[in-house]
Amino acid sequence: MNPVFEIRRNYLIIKVEGELDHYMADQIRLKSDTYLEGTRIKNVIFDFQNATFMDSSGIGVIMGRYKQVKRMNGELYAVHMNSALQRIIQISGLHKLIRQSDSIEEILSEN
Amino acid sequence: MGQIAYWKTTKLPEAEAQPEHWVDNEMQVRLPAIAENEQLARMLVSAFITPLNPTLLELADVKTAVSEAVTNAVIHGYPEPEQKGYIDILCSCHERRVRIEIRDQGIGIEDIEQAMVPMYTTKPEMERSGMGFAFMQELMDELQVESKPGEGVTIVMTKEIGKEEAYE
Repeated sequence: MNPVFEIRRNYLIIKVEGELDHYMADQIRLKSDTYLEGTRIKNVIFDFQNATFMDSSGIGVIMGRYKQVKRMNGELYAVHMNSALQRIIQISGLHKLIRQSDSIEEILSEN
Repeated sequence: MGQIAYWKTTKLPEAEAQPEHWVDNEMQVRLPAIAENEQLARMLVSAFITPLNPTLLELADVKTAVSEAVTNAVIHGYPEPEQKGYIDILCSCHERRVRIEIRDQGIGIEDIEQAMVPMYTTKPEMERSGMGFAFMQELMDELQVESKPGEGVTIVMTKEIGKEEAYE
């Protein structure tokens, strides 16, 4: 399945549908560049509501977006992570860098 | 005695050979080393371990570990598009223990110790996180990596399924 991109204010929302592996990581990397380069968007939200799997390719692509938003003084958020995904994030140490929230609405209302 | 010998073997048995009697089940699959087969490999291995009744988390652990090994073979084992090869996956289980062997005949790893350092990657431009081996190590009980430059990589991982239940 393909990732779904959505823009709200200056947030790029990346909805991960299905399995975030090598294949989907490449797609997210290529497509998110077209959304982030030369625009006012400086924050990224990964929505894992419909994600069923993630491996280190996912860590790589999240890390890449984190570096991008930090260059623009933005933030990287993640919502709706299940326990398997939480575990992957913990092992990678990424939980220290990203902001986790309960919902997209919560992030938008607080900022 | 025989059991120990089995867990150490890395030779693909002949097709006409009898399965070892102490193994409950076995599976051998050969897939071309292409990105599309990373998902297929995960699905096949998770189908193989499903009868052991793993928890959702255990299933996710094994799927991720397999994905790391197969993705490594696709990306690092066979980096040149014109030199594609195969990935062999050998699974076996005995009682609650599953053994997964993943082999390629690609370019191999020059320095295994270096390759296993978390966050070390030879492909940062592809946004590889360098966490593949760390995940295999963390999510499985045992991990063994064998390689020589030019002779491919053999990864053997084992995991006991239903550990939490067994200790109750």
